[in-house]
Amino acid sequence: MYIYDQHDQQLLNERVAQFKNQMERYLAGKIPEEEFLPLRLQNGIYVQRYAPMLRVAVPYGQMNSAQMRALAKVARDYDKGYAHFSTRQNVQFNWPELEQCPQILADLAEVQMHAVQTSGNCIRNTTTDEYAGVIAEEIVDPRPYCEIIRQWSTFHPEFAYLPRKFKIAVNSVPNEDRAAITMHDIGLNIVKNDAGDIGYRVLVGGGLGRTPILGEEIRSFLAEDDLLTYLDAIIRVYNQFGRRDNKYKARIKILVKALGVDRMRELVEDEWNRIKDGEGKLTQAELERVKGHFTDPAYKALSNEPEAFVAARTENAAFARWLGRNVRSHKKDGYAVVTLTLKQIGTPPGDVTAEQMDQVAELSDEFSFGELRSTHQQNLVLPDVEQSQLFEVWQRAKAIGMATPTLGLLTDMICCPGGDFCALANAKSIPVAEDIQARFENLDYQHDLGEIDLNISGCMNACGHHHIGNIGVLGVDKKGEEFYQVSLGGNSGGNDAHGSSLGKILGPSFARVDMPDVIAKILDFFVAQRIDGETFLEVYRRIGHAPFKEAVYGKSA
Amino acid sequence: MANLLNTEGPVQDTELTQVTLEEWKENRDSLSGQNLELTLESSETADLIGDDSASFQRISINFPKFADGRGYSAARLLRERFAYKGELRATGDVLIDQLYFMKRCGFDTFALRDDQIIEDAIAAFSTFTVNYQNDANDQQPLFRRRLS
Repeated sequence: MYIYDQHDQQLLNERVAQFKNQMERYLAGKIPEEEFLPLRLQNGIYVQRYAPMLRVAVPYGQMNSAQMRALAKVARDYDKGYAHFSTRQNVQFNWPELEQCPQILADLAEVQMHAVQTSGNCIRNTTTDEYAGVIAEEIVDPRPYCEIIRQWSTFHPEFAYLPRKFKIAVNSVPNEDRAAITMHDIGLNIVKNDAGDIGYRVLVGGGLGRTPILGEEIRSFLAEDDLLTYLDAIIRVYNQFGRRDNKYKARIKILVKALGVDRMRELVEDEWNRIKDGEGKLTQAELERVKGHFTDPAYKALSNEPEAFVAARTENAAFARWLGRNVRSHKKDGYAVVTLTLKQIGTPPGDVTAEQMDQVAELSDEFSFGELRSTHQQNLVLPDVEQSQLFEVWQRAKAIGMATPTLGLLTDMICCPGGDFCALANAKSIPVAEDIQARFENLDYQHDLGEIDLNISGCMNACGHHHIGNIGVLGVDKKGEEFYQVSLGGNSGGNDAHGSSLGKILGPSFARVDMPDVIAKILDFFVAQRIDGETFLEVYRRIGHAPFKEAVYGKSA
Repeated sequence: MANLLNTEGPVQDTELTQVTLEEWKENRDSLSGQNLELTLESSETADLIGDDSASFQRISINFPKFADGRGYSAARLLRERFAYKGELRATGDVLIDQLYFMKRCGFDTFALRDDQIIEDAIAAFSTFTVNYQNDANDQQPLFRRRLS
């Protein structure tokens, strides 16, 4: 992974000092609330329902065991002993004291972590495939590009006060979208052209929120070293012409819709032609330098399917089930990629205790070269586990409640913190997730249902990505009461044949107490309609929306 | 009256004839040759003045609210694209915690909002000693200067 040099560290240390000074001036009454707001946001601090929330960046989901231990220490020293992994691969603390945040950031800077631009109207954390660098399918490892974007976007002098937040995602697997790039302000698909050169297909104007829109292609092929100047050009156009009069119409997707993607392209290309050969153009030396940070660890020469492993799998059905769900193939023979699920029954999705975090760090040191990933499905990953050690890893993960074999299944839900914590939420989301988890806990039933994404957001800001859940649940407020709107048919990524789509609202919303029954009706109908082990999405796309609606609400008069 | 600063400390203002973009477009011939200050609103892009920028001793860009970031792009474009060499002033809602980025985008004088503390403002210009990106003052991004 990327290790800071003296420049990176110096810059981060100076940021810590800057924010400490800003906090002191704020507490001394020298900065009014409204003017302190963007300063704290760009350092990851929201003021929530009960306490401030600190969102720490996990750049493109990559971290090491020392960083995980530092996060555990923050949870213990400054919070209530736990943390929450978010759908943007970041980690959130729900109970720090505002006054202590500068010290937390100083502690984190010692392990090269920060909360820079994790909120506010600026360029946010770039996200990518959680399996980057360890799967055979990718064209190249996308992480060096994410790191290059991270550095370029960090304290960008021109883009700290954009009309609205700005998110970039990078995918590097052909015919699949493993980073939901169509849902981002800019989506970069790494491609190889006919000449064998690496470049990017560039999408612009995707996003969820109140007006969900899929991104459109603005450039079919951008050369590898044109990355930063092209990003500069797009965001410069957005900074000048994006709407600032209405925050709900301020994302770049609204600008792209208003201008049309062709006009947007003209403006961007015109801007880009004026800067593309300047000093801001990426150099091969820099590409090589950053790529040099993402070389393979010291893999051993091993074979797939070692004997003891095969024996354990044959003898132990629970182990085999976990392997089938939570472990995937690795690019290197004899290794595997292990997902540690943060979806224990009775715990909000994405939540981990400080003890679990320390244990995960331990597992990572012992079995995975000290590296870890966080995923947009709110799970953690040990990227490089020897197959011969999988049985032991399974037992250890089980002991800390992280081996629920449900990856991709119904109870592997995505869920925002919702009204229990978030001041923006219209409704609680965690209790809905818990009710559904409890109702459909039976593993055999879940495995029979197969892959299904159930995503829950507590409001239309859509942090739980409800638009792209096969089943989406959105909390709404009706005269002070919490109701839940269900949508069906959303999908993120997948391969070309089952591409991205936005869910369609099923009908009038439901009370929270009815939600498990509603989900049961939808699932029963799916099972009844299913042919030859089709997935939920396949059935939905084959038979359409109306039959599901009828199954839930009854025949319309 | 706002406190006027450059990156070193307080400076005295100089009187110039102020013109808006519209006035300049309409009366370019009669105005040319005078000591002029162009006052740009945040909704007016640098492309609208372009190479005419050389006609002004000073261009001031208004920040109606500190969170309106359009002026940063206008400043960079004036400096980097149109090679504007005159004084570039930030006016309006100019606050301490925006000064560092304003400087990097090419502003060289700052009409600080009058409640801002001058000592803190001057200190803010040296918040960072290293930057990742190229900017109006430094054409080279860090990656071109980095020793591998």
